[in-house]
Amino acid sequence: MIIQVKDLHKSFGSLEVLKGINCNIEEKEVVCVIGPSGSGKSTFLRCLNLLEDITSGQVIIDGHDLTDPKTDVNAVRTEVGMVFQRFNLFPHKTVLENVTLAPVKVRKMSEQEARQNGIELLQKVGLEDKADVYPDNLSGGQMQRVAIARALAMNPKIMLFDEPTSALDPELVGEVLSVMKDLAREGMTMVVVTHEMGFAREVGDRVIFMDQGVIMEEGAPEQIFENPQNERTRSFLRKVYS
Amino acid sequence: MPNRINIDWSYALDAMPYLLMGAKYTVIITVFGLLIGFFIGVLSGMGRLSQNKIVYGLVTGYIEIIRGTPILVQAIWIYFALPVIIGININSITAGIIAISINSGAYIAEIVRGSIQSIDRGQVEAGRSLGLTGMQTFVHIIWPQAFKRMIPPLGNQFIISLKDTSILTVIAVPELVRKSQEVVAENFRSFEIYTAAALLYLVMTLTISTILRTIERRLDVS
Repeated sequence: MIIQVKDLHKSFGSLEVLKGINCNIEEKEVVCVIGPSGSGKSTFLRCLNLLEDITSGQVIIDGHDLTDPKTDVNAVRTEVGMVFQRFNLFPHKTVLENVTLAPVKVRKMSEQEARQNGIELLQKVGLEDKADVYPDNLSGGQMQRVAIARALAMNPKIMLFDEPTSALDPELVGEVLSVMKDLAREGMTMVVVTHEMGFAREVGDRVIFMDQGVIMEEGAPEQIFENPQNERTRSFLRKVYS
Repeated sequence: MPNRINIDWSYALDAMPYLLMGAKYTVIITVFGLLIGFFIGVLSGMGRLSQNKIVYGLVTGYIEIIRGTPILVQAIWIYFALPVIIGININSITAGIIAISINSGAYIAEIVRGSIQSIDRGQVEAGRSLGLTGMQTFVHIIWPQAFKRMIPPLGNQFIISLKDTSILTVIAVPELVRKSQEVVAENFRSFEIYTAAALLYLVMTLTISTILRTIERRLDVS
C-alpha cells in the first residue's frame, strides 16, 4: 500500500470537516473521489501531502508517516505531485521554467538536464511549442496541462488531482482528461477529486463517495454508478445525472 | 509688503553651484536613507506577516509610532533628544539619514506586507507541493511576484522621502532648502532662488520616476 489513511480527522476551528477517514490505496491504483461540495473531499486530498495539517489520525505515504514530526515533509512531497483546480502556475516564469524550477532547486538537477526533461514532458502533454511562453498567454486547458507536466517533472510516485477540470470551459475539459488517462494507463498512482463522472467510470479502478466528512461508500466504478448501496450515493448520482 | 522688483535669473544662475551643493546632500541623504529604509522595510514587512507574536508586536509598534508622529518631530527628536539619553552627539547629516531611514522604513514595511499578502495563496501551495521549502518558495515564487507589485508604491515613497529631506533644514543639514535660505539671506532674491530650488527638486523627483518606470518596464516582459 502506497497510501494508508487511518482515522483521519480534520477540523477548521470548531468545524469538523473530516470525521474519521480510513482508506488504503495500492500502487498504480486510480482512485476517484466524488461527492457533493462541502463533503470534505478536497480537504481529504490536501491532507495527503500535508497542505492541510492533520488534526488527528495518520497518513502514511510510501512508508513515511506524515504526522510524525521527524518526517521530512518536503522530501515526501517530492514524491507526491499535485494538480490544482486553479492551476497555480507561476506567472513570472515561462512554461518551461515552471516545469524546471523544482527539479533544479529541490532535486539539484542541472539546468540543462532539467530543460531536456522538461521539453520531453511538454511534448507528452502536447505543449512543446509553448515552452517559452508565459502562462498568461495560455488557455485554461493548456495551463492545466503545463501544471501536470510541472508536477510530473519531479518524477513523483503519486499524483493528486484536486478538481482539475472544474475551472475549465467545457470544450477544454477533454484535452486535460486525455492527458490524465494516458498517465493512468502508464501506471501512475492517482487520487482524483472530480465531478467528471465519465472519467471516474472509465479510468477509475475504484470510486470513493464522500459526504459530510466521511466515506459513505466505495467500490468499483460499475458498482458505485450502477448499483449504489447507500441512499446518499443514490441521491447524489440522481442529482448529477438529472 | 514685499518690494516688487524685476525678476533677474542671473541671481539663480550665480547661486547654482551653491544650490547644487545643497542638492548633493539632498541626494546623498535620500539614497542612503532609502537604502537603509528599504532594508528596514523588507524586514519589518515580513515581521508583520510573522506568526511570532513578539516580532509582530514590535514591528507593529514601530510602524504605528512612525506613522503617528510627524517626520519633523522625528528628525528633531533624533538630533536633539536622542543624544541626551545615549550621551553621544549625532552630526546633522547622520541624524538626517537616520530620520529618513526609520521614517521610510515604516511605510515601506506596509508596502512590502501588502504586496506579499496580495499574492494568491495557491502560489505557496504550488511551491510547497513540489517539495520546495518555505524559504525557497518565498525566494523563487512569492518575492519576485510581490516585488513587481511593490514598484509603483515604492516609487511614491521614494519621491515622498526625497521631498521630506527638505524638513532637515531645521536640524541644520546643509541640504537644498537650507542652502537656498542662506542664499536668500544674502541677496534677498527669494523668487529666483526658491523657484530654482523647486525646479531642482522637480528634476530629482522626475529622475526617480523615470528610473522606476524603466525597472517596471523591464520586469513587465514577464
